[in-house]
Amino acid sequence: MNTIGKQVRLGLNGDEAVAYAAYHADVDVISAYPITPQTIIVERLSEFVYNGELDAEFIAVESEHSALSAAVGASLAGARTFTATASQGLALMYEILYIASSLRTSIVMALGNRAFSAPINIHCSHDDAYAARDAGWIQFFAENVQEAYDLTLIAFKVSEDKKVLFPSIVNLDGFILTHSVEPLTIFEDKKEIKEFLPDREAVNKIDPSNPITYGPLALPDYYMEIKKQQAEAFNSTPARIKEVFSEYEEFSGRSYSPLKKLYVDDADIVFVVLGSTAGTMRTMVKKWRKNGEKVGVLSLTLYRPFPSREVAEALKDVDTIVVMDRSYSFGSPGGQLYMDVAAALNKYGRYNRLINAIYGLGGRDFTPEMAEDMLHATKDPSIREIWVGVRG
Amino acid sequence: MSSWPVKWEELPIGGVVDKPGNSLEVKTGSWRALKPVIDLDKCIKCLLCWVYCPDNAIIRRDDDYVEVDYEYCKGCGICAHECPTKAIDMVEEGGE
Repeated sequence: MNTIGKQVRLGLNGDEAVAYAAYHADVDVISAYPITPQTIIVERLSEFVYNGELDAEFIAVESEHSALSAAVGASLAGARTFTATASQGLALMYEILYIASSLRTSIVMALGNRAFSAPINIHCSHDDAYAARDAGWIQFFAENVQEAYDLTLIAFKVSEDKKVLFPSIVNLDGFILTHSVEPLTIFEDKKEIKEFLPDREAVNKIDPSNPITYGPLALPDYYMEIKKQQAEAFNSTPARIKEVFSEYEEFSGRSYSPLKKLYVDDADIVFVVLGSTAGTMRTMVKKWRKNGEKVGVLSLTLYRPFPSREVAEALKDVDTIVVMDRSYSFGSPGGQLYMDVAAALNKYGRYNRLINAIYGLGGRDFTPEMAEDMLHATKDPSIREIWVGVRG
Repeated sequence: MSSWPVKWEELPIGGVVDKPGNSLEVKTGSWRALKPVIDLDKCIKCLLCWVYCPDNAIIRRDDDYVEVDYEYCKGCGICAHECPTKAIDMVEEGGE
């Protein structure tokens, strides 16, 4: 395929890849507070700024709450704005998450997925991504380092688009992706992607000669209309996201879509999964297919807005669906992804057999043996929830 | 407020207020339960009420005596509390 941007092949870990993406996006403002496992992202970006390679304002703040607050102001002022966090940092940003979305900022945030305390743990769970699921941020999940780079560039284009105007989170599994060096292809320099990602043209930009009040009080007489407008706008973003995926493919030669399917169409059992474990599951499913098991994998690149129709369409004729959650939603009918999948199927009139597999919490390795155990457990017709690889 | 949009489709993106200075259209005087009444015989023109009023609802006259702008005064009573000569009484609305 003839691509437009000049690219190079090299080895980077996920954090460095995201830092390169923000650098290549030529961001204007980086507002961030260091937290494992995303620290390398902001370290690299601060080096780019310090070395004079990136003409950006690096705001070293005193907390994540301030990091996102400053990012909101910067984005409203018209700056291409980036931040990164993980776990407890995302939790501290929580109230500003809703403000960033409701004020229709175009912030891009990398989230190095990490388990919530307690006990303190620095490794991967999807607790933080799930905690932000209702906040009105577009969320992408990277499966590997290449995707972390690409989706960060895509996120800027999507979030700044005048038909979108919502902030984005790019999720990458803590340590599994943030700290693993993988070969990937990146653009040679920021000038190579200017055509894909030109300078930002902000809407409602802060302008002293045309004053606007951001975040005013809106009581029962207006709040509901404002939320309805936000809901309609958010739910209409997937159409534009898919167009940006196509534009990026023309530009880079790499193809993206809201969901990825392997052997789903004729499968009896399909595993639904987010993040790096999709790769593990794809390897396992290929192996199981050779043994005659009719299995498939469905993984989501776009997690919010949740592609309900596509998920329901893909899974409608599947006997058994195993939804894999790298988190636990205490007291809920199932894990967070499980609830999304169940609701999506129900919305389109399907009532398949659903099993919830809880796996990999706090960075517990998800091994091929565990995948075998999980497949085996599905053979018991009474099973509804599996804790994969837990001792007991 | 008649010029303001009604339907969700008509609102400015992000719920911003894109017409500056519109707070004048909101007559907050209707919120008032207690109404400040100034006895100018006791007023010493210290202007503390004018300084303290959180809503700019004390009007400073050319002669430095003061009046209340009842269209915007919410009746918080800070002026009466601050007045050193007790020249301001808080009177129940409709009860005078």
